Amino acid sequence: MTALVRVCEVSFGHAGQIVLDRVSLCVEPGRIVTVVGPNGAGKSTLVRIALGLIHPRSGTVERAAGLVVGYVPQRLDIEPTLPLSVRRFLAMAVPGTALGIMQDALDRVRAGHVLDRQVGALSGGELQRVLLARALLRRPGLLVLDEPVGGVDMAGQAELYDLISAQARQTGCGILMVSHDLHVVMAATDEVVCLNRHVCCAGHPEMVSRHPEYLALFGPRVATSLAVYTHVHDHAHLADGSVGSGGRHGPECRHG
Amino acid sequence: MDEFLLRALAAGLGLAIVAAPFGCFVVWRRMAYFGDTLAHSALLGVVASLLLGILPIIGIIVLSLGLAVALAVGQGSRRLGADSLLGIISHGALAAGLVALSLMETVRVDLMGWLLGDILAVGWADVWLIWGGGAMVLAGLAMVWRPLLAATVNEDLAAIEGHAIGRSRMILMVLVALVVAVAMKVVGVLLVTALLVIPAATARRLAGTPERMAALAGLIGMLAVGAGLAASWRFDTPAGPSVVVVAVLLFLAGQVRR
Repeated sequence: MTALVRVCEVSFGHAGQIVLDRVSLCVEPGRIVTVVGPNGAGKSTLVRIALGLIHPRSGTVERAAGLVVGYVPQRLDIEPTLPLSVRRFLAMAVPGTALGIMQDALDRVRAGHVLDRQVGALSGGELQRVLLARALLRRPGLLVLDEPVGGVDMAGQAELYDLISAQARQTGCGILMVSHDLHVVMAATDEVVCLNRHVCCAGHPEMVSRHPEYLALFGPRVATSLAVYTHVHDHAHLADGSVGSGGRHGPECRHG
Repeated sequence: MDEFLLRALAAGLGLAIVAAPFGCFVVWRRMAYFGDTLAHSALLGVVASLLLGILPIIGIIVLSLGLAVALAVGQGSRRLGADSLLGIISHGALAAGLVALSLMETVRVDLMGWLLGDILAVGWADVWLIWGGGAMVLAGLAMVWRPLLAATVNEDLAAIEGHAIGRSRMILMVLVALVVAVAMKVVGVLLVTALLVIPAATARRLAGTPERMAALAGLIGMLAVGAGLAASWRFDTPAGPSVVVVAVLLFLAGQVRR
């Protein structure tokens, strides 16, 4: 299958610091790729490179011709001086959208009540839902989400992850998602890329652990839609994210 | 009504209409200091025009456009904060303009007129410049309204949705430069940004959409011009500052209204 977006051996630096070091990833139609990693691992930078918002220092980025991208940024800081209703904000994504379609999109993300509110008056969780609805309105071939559930409550997170994975299964849209949390990754993820300036490892996530404490914490229904990717870290990182000496690398490891 | 008062009113009302939507973008995109910088630099343009023997407005426009383009291009570099950079250019240019002006012994310049504007001295040619040129810059703004608004909400989203961010930003800065250059005649170097910012800020709380905010800013600006000129006539106060004082009073009144 042809890739929607293929990032190949991409490096990026900022002010003399290496942010990304020969990172590759590929998103195919209907597949969900999740990038996990600690703060400062370069996840958002990688996403912005994949989107073509910034250009890598070396390496190549290929996007399928005519690809419609839906993007959910990590946060949206709207100027308080700009009067903008949710309705208008949605209409800006796809001009000429009927009101009913916008309402449906909001209903799907359980934010049906905010259509006539001002964007600046939304709570963090509501805004994330609106951003997701807005991205879906574009009928994207590729959906890119940078920590899409920030500010959303636990139960809502699972719901939104379900919605995102349903989108991939039903419409065949490819999904590239960022999570800063190593442990909470969607069950339906087809591939997890563990990033810490370089790709530590990449592969299929394991199903959620059935640990009683875990179940007690989130409840069984939620727990089944949150999976733990067991990260086999076979090498040590120094404080700057580089790989320490003495670490042995697994077969999937692409550095060292 | 005396004809000079009629001309002043025509010029002021036209300017209020033209400045309103640009004022909104100045407020939304936090460009107030940019407008100030252009205005303060204009004095240098006036001096250069006098030395070259051309119309001051031409010198002002050329200098403002050059500055706008330079700043739009230079916005990418982050060696110095944008506000510090603007502060240096703004006051550096104003000081240089004042120094250059004092060195010119052959030409007498009405410094107060340039600093504070002289709306009562505008001629019909100025009125036509404001209405004709104003219509053109408004048409230019209308053409980039959608991408500009999208970029104001979020530049990344706008870029992904296929809007030409860099180009529309450049066009906005050039158009603002033109508005500032023309507005200078009416309210002067020191008060130009007031005419842009205050009506837009006043309109904010009364408007639910960007377009309505721009329209309301226009009405508020016109009200300020009308009442300011009337007050100037009645109390014999300087016209430009009177207009700005009325605008500020309207802004304060709007803050009280809940």
